[in-house]
Amino acid sequence: MSVLTTSSGWGRYPQIATYVNFPQSFDDCQDMVIQKKQLIVRGLGRSYGDSSLAKETLDTRYLRHFQAFDETTGILTCEAGVTLRDILQVVVPQGWFLPVTPGTQFVTIGGAIASDVHGKNHHVDGAFSDHVIQIELLLGNGTRVVASPTHHSELFRATCGGMGLTGIILAATIQLKPIVSSRILETSIKLACLSDLLDAFNDYQHATYSVAWIDCLAKGRHLGRSILKIGEHAEDGYLTSLPKRVLSVPFDMPAHILNYHTIKAFNALYYGRTPQTASTRQTTYQSFFYPLDRLRHWNRLYGKSGFVQYQFLLPRDAGEQGLRDVLQRIVNSRQGSFLAVLKIFGKGNKNYLSFPAEGYSVALDFKFTPSLLTLLAELDQLILTKGGRLYLAKDARMTEHMFKSSYPRWDEFEQVRATYHAIGKFSSLQSQRLGLQ
Amino acid sequence: MKRILIMGATSAIAEATAKIWAKEGHQLYLMSRNQSRLDTLAGDLVVRGAHRVDVMTFDANQIEDHQRMIDIAIQQLDGIDIVLIAYGTLSNQVACEQDIHLFLQEFNTNAVSMMSILMHLANRFEAQKKGTIAVITSVAGDRGRQSNYVYGAAKAAVSVFLQGLRQRLYKSGVHVLTIKPGFVDTPMTQAFKKGLLWSSPDVVAQLIVEAIASNRHILYAPKYWFLIMQLVKSIPERYFKRVKL
Repeated sequence: MSVLTTSSGWGRYPQIATYVNFPQSFDDCQDMVIQKKQLIVRGLGRSYGDSSLAKETLDTRYLRHFQAFDETTGILTCEAGVTLRDILQVVVPQGWFLPVTPGTQFVTIGGAIASDVHGKNHHVDGAFSDHVIQIELLLGNGTRVVASPTHHSELFRATCGGMGLTGIILAATIQLKPIVSSRILETSIKLACLSDLLDAFNDYQHATYSVAWIDCLAKGRHLGRSILKIGEHAEDGYLTSLPKRVLSVPFDMPAHILNYHTIKAFNALYYGRTPQTASTRQTTYQSFFYPLDRLRHWNRLYGKSGFVQYQFLLPRDAGEQGLRDVLQRIVNSRQGSFLAVLKIFGKGNKNYLSFPAEGYSVALDFKFTPSLLTLLAELDQLILTKGGRLYLAKDARMTEHMFKSSYPRWDEFEQVRATYHAIGKFSSLQSQRLGLQ
Repeated sequence: MKRILIMGATSAIAEATAKIWAKEGHQLYLMSRNQSRLDTLAGDLVVRGAHRVDVMTFDANQIEDHQRMIDIAIQQLDGIDIVLIAYGTLSNQVACEQDIHLFLQEFNTNAVSMMSILMHLANRFEAQKKGTIAVITSVAGDRGRQSNYVYGAAKAAVSVFLQGLRQRLYKSGVHVLTIKPGFVDTPMTQAFKKGLLWSSPDVVAQLIVEAIASNRHILYAPKYWFLIMQLVKSIPERYFKRVKL
């Protein structure tokens, strides 16, 4: 039985009517895949745009079981609907942590693999899929296969970062990383401009976690004014996954609450609050990795019409000047959000559609307005000329041309999909927009 | 460590409750209709920290099997501290009105089979003079409504049965908990449009665990359903019969 409902990604743009199916077992999944003409799988719906939207969706919320965990090796196997939070709750007290984590615990492991998510440690540890030992996949013809870097490796490479377009991930085995404390040593460094920031990133290139919050309203010689956050797992202390109190945005905020002036005030406050010189403190892993998880439904801050998150990558050879050009364009538009998040990536992996590659990644939110799409189209052009690309998990609007130019291995991806019966069966609003079959 | 039997273990609320108990390190015995889903759940609970998990498939309507199944479970658990009865079906009211056999089958599942199980369990618990019998009924049993009185009547029957059982077992030190969930977002209710009054199984499960630990008698879950049902019950029949509920 399927349920008709209105659905959207985390950015709440676009919204569509969709039939949701709720399998309670792998057998149910199999029946649904055979029975439905076309569908896409959806976890917690935390991809921002339309990658989990389709006329028929398969919701993995009831596929939320662990299968095995070896606390001596840190190898964990679970169903696709298990969330990163579920995993941390179980493994942190036993001295293990996620090898790579995005900025929220509220994603499923299936989603993390399908988007091949990255974290603040990409420059040392790579992307999420680099720690996936194997996946169990349900193909478009209803058969189940196990894929790994060595077995059906092309299917594995297509599925990691493949946005659910190769089949339904049923279960995955991942390698966790050992920790001795659940706390994080966090160092905050205040930086006055972009060159200073990039120098600082360079100084801290061996740090495990690094990310910078850029004030999007600082212009001219202040462009790139930012706070760099460095993190290391504490070497002593205790292991706990007890959560802090959660607050919630109870309803849609009026859209004008986030405007140029309130954001400016917020940023001045945020920047001013950080001490002038580098300062280190001990904090929980939740507050270091998942600050926004404490504010449930924070996407309602942008009002009813939602927002678009824009995350782009510029290759390292685009250089500081390339990065400066794009940031300048965003700042001048006066449409960007509070903050932009800058992360320097290490080498990319061999997946066909994974986003990370050596270079600079910048993410920021734009409140949805009619003029926004024009601005973003201009930005796309700029990024394309510099050899960059956009993150599919955030995308709600890029063109087929943009996608195919910036993800040149899309045709190999399509070949793998053809081999494994995915063509026409697994399809989302996004994949249709991007010209995938 | 507690020894816990869960009947209808793959229902969403029972599953969420079992996950909390597993984390606390208890020993669990799971019963439900579907073997492969039981195995899946058992594997999950072991990873979450359950001391030990055993499973058995059962069909609630095989009433003659009840005694034997309960005996096996308690024997394997090596005694019993808590039983949670959580199975049930959300009857299709309109279909039941057209098909008396369907109606009786629904009533047997949701009321008769449960009371049969409770009779067997009551004798066991009365003899051992300790433990908790926790049963999921529903706010729907608090007042009959045209849209679901088949389901509501069955739940009401069980709720009244439990009231009597609570008095009877009080003398033996056995705790009887009636759990009345409101709207819970589960596979059973997937066809309903969800709104503000809906809760997740995780929220209800947490309340169940706490209610058992603190020896509560009646749990509305979440607790504001107590107020809602007081209001619903206070409407005189002469007005209530005109209401479209």
